[in-house]
Amino acid sequence: MWAFIHKLGSPKWFYALSARLQPWFWALAAVLIVIGTLWGLAFAPADYQQGNSFRIIYIHVPAAFLAQSVFVSMAVAGLVFMVWKIKVADMAAAVMAPFGAAMTFVALFSGAVWGVPTWGTWWMWDARLTSMLILLFLYLGVIALRGSFASRHSGARAASVLAMVGVINIPVIKYSVDWWYTLHQPATFSVTSSPAMPVSMWLPLLVMVVGFYSFFIALTLMRTRNEILRRESNKRWVKELFQEAQ
Amino acid sequence: MTEGMTESVKQQSAPAGDESRNAAPSSGLGIALAATLRRDLVLMLRYRGEVLNPLVFFALVITLFPIGISPDPELLQRIAPGLLWVAALLAALLSLDSLFRGDFDDGSLEQLLLAPQPLAALSLAKVAVHWLLTGLPLALMAPLLGVMLSLPPGSYSILSLSLALGSASLSLIGAIGAALTVGLARGGVLLSLLVLPLYIPVLIFGAGAVQAAIMGDGAGAHLAILGALLAASLALAPWGIAAALRISING
Repeated sequence: MWAFIHKLGSPKWFYALSARLQPWFWALAAVLIVIGTLWGLAFAPADYQQGNSFRIIYIHVPAAFLAQSVFVSMAVAGLVFMVWKIKVADMAAAVMAPFGAAMTFVALFSGAVWGVPTWGTWWMWDARLTSMLILLFLYLGVIALRGSFASRHSGARAASVLAMVGVINIPVIKYSVDWWYTLHQPATFSVTSSPAMPVSMWLPLLVMVVGFYSFFIALTLMRTRNEILRRESNKRWVKELFQEAQ
Repeated sequence: MTEGMTESVKQQSAPAGDESRNAAPSSGLGIALAATLRRDLVLMLRYRGEVLNPLVFFALVITLFPIGISPDPELLQRIAPGLLWVAALLAALLSLDSLFRGDFDDGSLEQLLLAPQPLAALSLAKVAVHWLLTGLPLALMAPLLGVMLSLPPGSYSILSLSLALGSASLSLIGAIGAALTVGLARGGVLLSLLVLPLYIPVLIFGAGAVQAAIMGDGAGAHLAILGALLAASLALAPWGIAAALRISING
């Protein structure tokens, strides 16, 4: 078990392992996202209140799930990097941050587009929208902090600390925003009032969620591999790898 | 060869270091804390501008709102809790950048890191001084500005109390951001990007307390949560500050 983890920490070994795993996750992501999209957009029944506009849920919900899970995985990777000094963990954290920020933006944007037919407005200071917006700022802070250090090692450690501070704060922010919203509740619609979905609606959603997660894993593996090559470009095994390729 | 030598030197010197450490660990910490507190207080009081600037900023920002929005007392009264809290929060944020900056520039931050006492405790002393000379004066000054925004009379004590409690959490959380950015040449804007999202819970319950006091709902629940936030940040933030300072110094 420990030997496996130690091996995983070696960039060379991770590079080899991820080469074998990567195609499977890409294939899974492609198949599930294509099936989920077709199923959700063409075959799932229309909502009796919202009509076809509810179909945006098949993008919105997986993106919102990922927005939160990516932050947690980034903080866990940061913790692993800080405690065990495993470089691969930091490379993964570095490539996860922009992806998480992008997913948060997709969730916010698709929510805004969805808001027009359902609420009649692009933006509402809804509790979930607000905490999502704060999450986006947290991501931007982590990305900006990493970029502003001259030494990559300090930037990596600073970003890890900030990600951990952020992950402790996310539940606090979430609950305080929820409470703030219930105190200021405006008399308008709520997303939460939509009825429980029938199986024919949530099954494609489940497919999409799993598809998005495989996409996240595949993309993280791929970008971590690139990051390994970039940072280890003066190591012998990387040079040998490229000589073989030539 | 050299490695072996340093090892043996370490082995020789380690017992001596342990003895001196074990001799009086608690009194050593007490002395170090008192010294840090006194040094920071003296330093801050010598640079009175540093202490006064956030207060002047607070008053100025509050002056801008009636000019920019409307001098109508009814409207001002409605938005006063939020305005006072946001302005105080920004004033506290403004003063954060100098929290570790001077010590970083003159090298005394490195001495703090080298001290045998835990860095978390010593940085807590620095944050305490920051709160004492920024958060507390802001809290005491807020009722005065509240009068100018025609805040109802019953809510002044709650305003001060919520600001005093809340600004302590703001100082603690903000110190993590200040410690992370102290090594950067232009950390100011980055500092606000890092810290402001983390300030939101404090803002919600702080402004909520004043709002509740105006409505007559009783601000106890809000103040209790502000206290809970303070207790949590008091327990957790010093470790974050210490880790961040180590990164900024060693990087």
